[in-house]
Amino acid sequence: MPRGTTAPTTRKKIDMSDANARISETIQANNVVLFMKGTKSMPQCGFSSRVAGVLNYMGVDFADVNVLADEEIRHGIKDFSDWPTIPQLYVKGEFVGGCDIITEMTLSGELDTLFDENDVTYDKDAADKIREANG
Amino acid sequence: MPMQAQEIEDLIRESFPDAKITITDLAGDGNHYSAEVVDASFAGMNRVQQHRAVTKALKGKMDGSHGELHALALTTKAPA
Repeated sequence: MPRGTTAPTTRKKIDMSDANARISETIQANNVVLFMKGTKSMPQCGFSSRVAGVLNYMGVDFADVNVLADEEIRHGIKDFSDWPTIPQLYVKGEFVGGCDIITEMTLSGELDTLFDENDVTYDKDAADKIREANG
Repeated sequence: MPMQAQEIEDLIRESFPDAKITITDLAGDGNHYSAEVVDASFAGMNRVQQHRAVTKALKGKMDGSHGELHALALTTKAPA
């Protein structure tokens, strides 16, 4: 069937549930997931870069999802989490926060606690170094 | 169209009449602001819930590329 004959409303609904399913699958399959603009090795936005930079520096093994490469996820993730901005960090399937919250949690040590509680491996010395440099 | 700091404060004030609100124009371009909101209603809410409440007060102004507000660095807390 040619694309133009599909009712736009129907198509949108299918796309959204598909996006939700794909997001659920990703955050269940990976302990730590960052939805970001760009990739962890090449972020394309300052806010995404800041969060990816913290995780990289702390040696956290995380999955990165480049929303710029996937229009459906880019919009779907905002509804999924009821959160208007990117980046978005998920740990063990739970939404943790965006750039401001992750920055605050890094500096306060709450991010360490969250990782400890969820058996996520990270370099404690590196985390302390971030705090020393920004204290 | 850039937003004025006062507009941002007014919008937040509508939902949080008694809050202590501090808006800072970070770059002087009317596009990059930080907002600190201290409100008693935040007690017992985690940060994500607090931020969602403020985002709701901004009524879609932050909605990505269509939003008038390009970047708002948000800090929220309950009064000490």
